[in-house]
Amino acid sequence: MSRAATRKKKRLYIALLGLISLGTATALVLTAFEDNLVFFYSPTDIAEKGLTPEQYVRIGGLVEEGSVRQLGDSRIAFRVTDMAHSIPVTYTGILPDLFREGQGVVAQGSIGDDGATFVAREVLARHDENYMPAEVAEALKASGEWRPESGQPPPR
Amino acid sequence: MIPELGHFALILALLVATVQTLVPLVGAHRGNPAWMAAGGPAALAQMLLVAVSFGALTYAYVVSDFTVANVVANSHSLKPMLYKVTGVWGNHEGSMLLWILILAVFGAAVALFGNNLPPSLKARVLGIQGLIGIGFISFTLFTSNPFERIFPPPLDGQDLNPLLQDPGLAFHPPMLYLGYVGFSVAFAFAIAALLEGKVDAAWARWVRPWTLAAWTFLTGGIALGSWWAYYELGWGGWWFWDPVENASFMPWLLGTALLHSAIVVEKRDTLKSWTILLAILTFSLSLLGTFIVRSGLLTSVHAFASDPDRGLYILAMLVVAIGGSLTLFAVRAPSLKGGGLFQPISREGGLVMNNLLLATATATILIGTLYPLILDALGGGLVTVGPPFFNLTFVPLMLPLVFVMGLGPLLAWKRADLPGVLSRLKVAAGVGLLAGLATLYVQNGGPVLAALAMGLAAWLFLAALTDLAEKVKLFRTPLADTWSRARGLPRSQYGTALAHAGLAIAIAGMVGSSAWKVEKISVMVPGETKQLSDYVFTFEGVERLPGPNYMSQTATFTVRDGDGRLIATMTPEKRVYPVAGMPTTEAAIHTRWLADLYAVIGDAEENGPGWTVRLYYEPLVPFLWLGSLVMMLGGLVSLSDRRLRVGAPRRKAAPLGPAVQPAE
Repeated sequence: MSRAATRKKKRLYIALLGLISLGTATALVLTAFEDNLVFFYSPTDIAEKGLTPEQYVRIGGLVEEGSVRQLGDSRIAFRVTDMAHSIPVTYTGILPDLFREGQGVVAQGSIGDDGATFVAREVLARHDENYMPAEVAEALKASGEWRPESGQPPPR
Repeated sequence: MIPELGHFALILALLVATVQTLVPLVGAHRGNPAWMAAGGPAALAQMLLVAVSFGALTYAYVVSDFTVANVVANSHSLKPMLYKVTGVWGNHEGSMLLWILILAVFGAAVALFGNNLPPSLKARVLGIQGLIGIGFISFTLFTSNPFERIFPPPLDGQDLNPLLQDPGLAFHPPMLYLGYVGFSVAFAFAIAALLEGKVDAAWARWVRPWTLAAWTFLTGGIALGSWWAYYELGWGGWWFWDPVENASFMPWLLGTALLHSAIVVEKRDTLKSWTILLAILTFSLSLLGTFIVRSGLLTSVHAFASDPDRGLYILAMLVVAIGGSLTLFAVRAPSLKGGGLFQPISREGGLVMNNLLLATATATILIGTLYPLILDALGGGLVTVGPPFFNLTFVPLMLPLVFVMGLGPLLAWKRADLPGVLSRLKVAAGVGLLAGLATLYVQNGGPVLAALAMGLAAWLFLAALTDLAEKVKLFRTPLADTWSRARGLPRSQYGTALAHAGLAIAIAGMVGSSAWKVEKISVMVPGETKQLSDYVFTFEGVERLPGPNYMSQTATFTVRDGDGRLIATMTPEKRVYPVAGMPTTEAAIHTRWLADLYAVIGDAEENGPGWTVRLYYEPLVPFLWLGSLVMMLGGLVSLSDRRLRVGAPRRKAAPLGPAVQPAE
């Protein structure tokens, strides 16, 4: 076999390997996307479209003033609002340090068996007290309740 | 006065960087030796000027000069001195200045230690470094000036984010930046080589130490950041597939690929254009990483709108740097001729596998990280790509990589004897299989993936040791002979074995902590006990204690083992920093070496004596930090290899004959 032919063959091997790994990656990405994209809903979206218990989603808004209650056994209930609608949320565990009434919050989970209460598996508030989760800012803007001057600085 | 001095020095540095770019590049193009030689002094001058500038900002922090806006926003007179100094880079503007300083130091290092480089290559490398400097210095001066004054000056500062007042995070950014910027040297060499139109073994040998140093620092930076997340955030986890984490992980993955493909260029004179491409992409991802972290580009798409100048500048710089270098690559790369041929089963083949898998894994992470940004831009709604996505795409790609890693170092160049290699690795394979089966048995119904990964970790660890044992002919020749072989073995061989073994140790840590972690969240009243694994935690109560610039609620837990012996007293805290008005959680961690015990205190019950408490049993987490240290050690040992210290042999004046470069 001539050297040129060997070189072509070598290239073919590498190209083939490259294609195989590209294919594998595409397949992996697509299957992973199918189940693991978490969509964001505002309380208004949920009021309009509803959620089924199978949907694992993120919701976000402000923690409604005066709504935080301890249910005992480290369970906590509060309401998330975008000022137009609000949704009751329960969570078991320790809330993040920056979780406060009137502040932005994002909760990840699904709607409970009663079809109304959102059961959060994770509650997120960011590292920075100025930080308003982008989705929350959007949701508030969408509901027309975005008031940057009222002590809710826009995202940096 | 001092801040103005710093500002002025930075402006001068920009001018010097312009000289450093234009004169040597034009000189190299025209073949003018005097112009080419201007690069070295310019690089040194730039380093001095940037050092003065950085020193001025540090001084402003140390003396708490609250006429400087940056100091006001990020410091406080009562802050401990360590955090006054580290506060310099704990913010966007200051961190940019740190980036520039490291870039200038590396540029000066090329100028000082690059005496054996051909003059035209050295001139071009320094010119490209100068060009990167222009981009960063002008970005800092025009959009993120750290020396801006504020009038009237406030009485005191707003304090650094308390989460950043921590030794782990204080040194995380410098380490990370040493890694990112280190890849800028590899990038400069790649662009210079494209301009020269020549890539050879000598080129690879010059690039290697820089890549190796950058990789070592980046490994350390990522490990430090991960360690910080583990003990400071109080969530019991160490990796969250957060965009900011991914941003540092992607250059690490591609940098690892670059490290390996540069070996092929050096030893076998092939895979040249691929290596150049890797160098370009690794640095591009480093740029992306720098900007993602500091600009909020990814945590919030809308941050772009909040500071349009900065966003546009960043976008323009990314387009010029990435687009420009890739265009140059497209034009010039086809003229780079490949050299040695090899069979699929060979050292080269193994390294190609390594590169393909690492590049593919990087691509999947890039997609997962940028997808929410793209979907939102297209109006497709707001989505989050969470850890499950990354686990599902990344882990399946890494498992075959770990398998090949065990084989790779034992394969011969050009054509390897696979059955022979496998027979030499039978001990490693056997132990790996046993470790996997034992894990499956012990965890009794736990995830099969964990058993597979444990088996592979054992395989990799022993394969790395086998590689060394084979090279010194352990037990096959008299011990004296083995000893002299061991002393004669190049240090890079030890480096390889250490880095691979370190990864094996770290994998064990990753598996242990993600598969067998025990978490208990509950409300406990003083005196109550809880059992986790073999340990009994007793909650003793909570005290209020003052700290230097915070108030603390400190809880006390005593931990006893199965026999009732006291083994530790743990004191997790909740702190409130009044200046920043921000609470933080301080987890208490007690390490048993094979596992960590981890306690976090939450809020008090509203009407009752109880406190919400989170307790974790974290198996094998210490292995993660140990593994990372061993990997870094591998990098350092390899860096001390004689052939890198002595430097590369001079290039032959005439291009090599057709015997070495066969025609197509």
